[in-house]
Amino acid sequence: MAEFALPKHSKIVKGIDYPLETDSKNTRKVNVYRWSPDDDQNPRIDSYTIDLDKCGPMVLDALIKIKQEIDSSLTFRRSCREGICGSCSMNIDGTNTLACLKSIDDIEGEINIYPLPHMEVVKDLVPDLSKAYEQLTSIKPWLQTNTKPEEGKSRKQSPSEREKIDGLWECVLCFSCSTSCPSYWWNGDKYLGPAVLLQAYRWIADSRDENTNERLDDLEDSFKLYRCHTIMNCTKTCPKGLNPAKAIGEIKKLQLERK
Amino acid sequence: MSEYEIIDHEHDVVVVGAGGAGLRATLGMVSGGLKTACITKVFPTRSHTVAAQGGIGAALNNMGENDSWQFHMYDTIKGSDWLGDQDAIEYMCKEAIPSVTELENFGVPFSRTEDGEVYQRPFGGHTLDYGKKMARRACAAADRTGHAILHTLYQQCLKHKAEFFVEYIALDLLMDDNGACVGVLALCMDDGKIHRFRGHQTVLATGGYGRVYFSCTSAHTCTGDGNAMVLRAGLPLQDMEFVQFHPTGVYGAGVLITEGSRGEGGYLTNSEGERFMERYAPTAKDLASRDVVSRSMTIEINEGRGVGPNKDHIFMHLEHIDPATLHMRLPGISETAKIFCGVDVTKEPIPVLPTVHYNMGGIPTNYHGEVVTRRGNDQNAVVSGLMAIGEAACVSVHGANRLGTNSLLDIVVFGRAAAQRALKTVEKGSSHAPLPKSVTDKILARLDKMRYAKGDVSVGEIRNSMQNAMQKHAAVFRSNSSMSEGVKKVDTIATSLDGIGIKDRSMIFNTDLVEALELENLMQQAIVTIKSAEQRKESRGAHSHEDFPERDDKNWMKHTIMWLNDKMKTKLDYRDVHLNTLTNEVASVPPAARVY
Repeated sequence: MAEFALPKHSKIVKGIDYPLETDSKNTRKVNVYRWSPDDDQNPRIDSYTIDLDKCGPMVLDALIKIKQEIDSSLTFRRSCREGICGSCSMNIDGTNTLACLKSIDDIEGEINIYPLPHMEVVKDLVPDLSKAYEQLTSIKPWLQTNTKPEEGKSRKQSPSEREKIDGLWECVLCFSCSTSCPSYWWNGDKYLGPAVLLQAYRWIADSRDENTNERLDDLEDSFKLYRCHTIMNCTKTCPKGLNPAKAIGEIKKLQLERK
Repeated sequence: MSEYEIIDHEHDVVVVGAGGAGLRATLGMVSGGLKTACITKVFPTRSHTVAAQGGIGAALNNMGENDSWQFHMYDTIKGSDWLGDQDAIEYMCKEAIPSVTELENFGVPFSRTEDGEVYQRPFGGHTLDYGKKMARRACAAADRTGHAILHTLYQQCLKHKAEFFVEYIALDLLMDDNGACVGVLALCMDDGKIHRFRGHQTVLATGGYGRVYFSCTSAHTCTGDGNAMVLRAGLPLQDMEFVQFHPTGVYGAGVLITEGSRGEGGYLTNSEGERFMERYAPTAKDLASRDVVSRSMTIEINEGRGVGPNKDHIFMHLEHIDPATLHMRLPGISETAKIFCGVDVTKEPIPVLPTVHYNMGGIPTNYHGEVVTRRGNDQNAVVSGLMAIGEAACVSVHGANRLGTNSLLDIVVFGRAAAQRALKTVEKGSSHAPLPKSVTDKILARLDKMRYAKGDVSVGEIRNSMQNAMQKHAAVFRSNSSMSEGVKKVDTIATSLDGIGIKDRSMIFNTDLVEALELENLMQQAIVTIKSAEQRKESRGAHSHEDFPERDDKNWMKHTIMWLNDKMKTKLDYRDVHLNTLTNEVASVPPAARVY
């Protein structure tokens, strides 16, 4: 039997407990992953008990309340707070999602919050997404054409052609899907992952794009595309209700059709 | 002071901010061959442009209504309550047409008409024939137009291999002895190192400062960092009293419900079920300008006709619209209403309230995007090396009140204009003059002070006090007594910054420090906003003064400009409104009563 030696700092320890010093009945315990690269300490789980009567409805509201009132060193990304900027993706109650769209009421019992799984952690709930962004760039995610539009005119696209990219272009690049995918966990260096493949299909499906064949050629690779094993975690977890698994399926279908 | 490792960069141009304006400028500069650095505190597609919903205004005339840029210009001037500069407005409305067409050519996924053209919907204050009937002018990608535009601009920047510095927060402008800007100093959040960017032009595209208020549609990151840097560089901000309240922020959460929902047929009602906008704006009704609708809603609530148990908000109805249309045209707000107020828009109304949304004021510029200031009698003195675009800037195309769809337009048109100007004025690859060490040291001393701040008041506490004071004293309706009380409060709260305490001492992704720096930025703008408001003794656009309910063109048709020194003391002056047009293709629009 092989013995696996986990890296020294991989064990998560119990952290600080911040009890609530009021007699509120409507309280909730929020357990948050904490890690700082500065102090050579193991990651820990800090527990904050908060008064839900004095907190907004979403998990992001709880995190902001903690940062504002209890522990200002708690570190996470956030911006729009309405599910469109994609900053606050994290693992909440076992599922990757956007903290601003996740209702506290939808979680039973204590709220457990971790960074997106299987990404390097910069600090606390902030993952390093630079590899994922590089992968996005690698698929050339811009309109590619060989013909020029008529001078000073828009390219034409019928409503039915335009409909084909609905459910694709709305992605907010939160990478909840890619970081929920076991194939991406295992081969994230070579497999593009659902978020980036969804973007790849967004351009393949756009009637205005004229480089479909080159795009498909680039994806015809046992790792980039075919590490998708239809596990469907991506579609299940997408906080925007998009379906990356279907987009990947469509790319695979097109690859078959042109053989 | 601590030792900081400083990394030097030399570019032709430095753009600060990667929202729509910053990206459009970066794209134009990079594709024109200028060595450009784009510095941004969030990954580009997370900038607040992403949240714009309804559309971008341009008289493309795709709906067969004989629309023209002249009508668009008239509407914008009227919308601005004659505080907008007509030369800049002419430029924007005319350039709207090629700028938006270009966006389509870049790949923006606009919704389409049956004949394959970009879809356009009605929007507040946009009319045909100088106010006769409502125009369909807002070019839309469902109700996620900002997302569509921002992502496309980022994609185009990738295509042109633009150089980004992501999650860098700009600390201050590098100003030389002659008052010229020669670059910017920034903190890399990832590793805490200091980066000194030199550029022959520094372009501030840092957005608005909605977060001086407690309830706003703006993102947490909308802290107007560029505006504050300009104040600290000894330059004035313009028309800061004009803060737009969007009529339909979700009650409680404050998140935005697009005006496009009224463009698609939605309407407002009070507690009596009355469509009250018909009384206030007989022609435009629910599609009057935002200041008009927000005031009308506030009057209804103040007179006891608000809805809900506390009679403190208004209903917006979409349930009469075909669910298929809602699904196709307004999918985003259908989702938002469900998530943030549990409302199924096909069955029930959305509870809404006027919510802080946009800053008409900002860094004064000309229509090329060059920052201007007043030096003696010269009201249009260009500040060498410094440009500003987008919500951070005050060109001024929005005057006292911005029309919906004109902010996405502003960022694209003036981002493009700034790039064109830089291509004309900057010599590629030319060298940078040495900079005295003292310039950088002064900025680092400020950073250092905040970094080791040991006071006993938290960022959150001070921010809350400031936001509540602004919410109460610089609201939809203002009065002498309320504003002078507000000025005192804000001055007192500003002094509490001396007692601020930071808990996180790390230099790696220190958001405690970043939020403290942002708070200082917000505070400086709060002071200038409320003091600019207090001194304007008239009502115009978004500035509704209860003691001076009328517009006073004789005394007040002028831009406020205000400086702030390091003792937090303000200095006030004015600039004339440009009533002249840019060309003789169109006549100046003389001031008139504003009726919708």
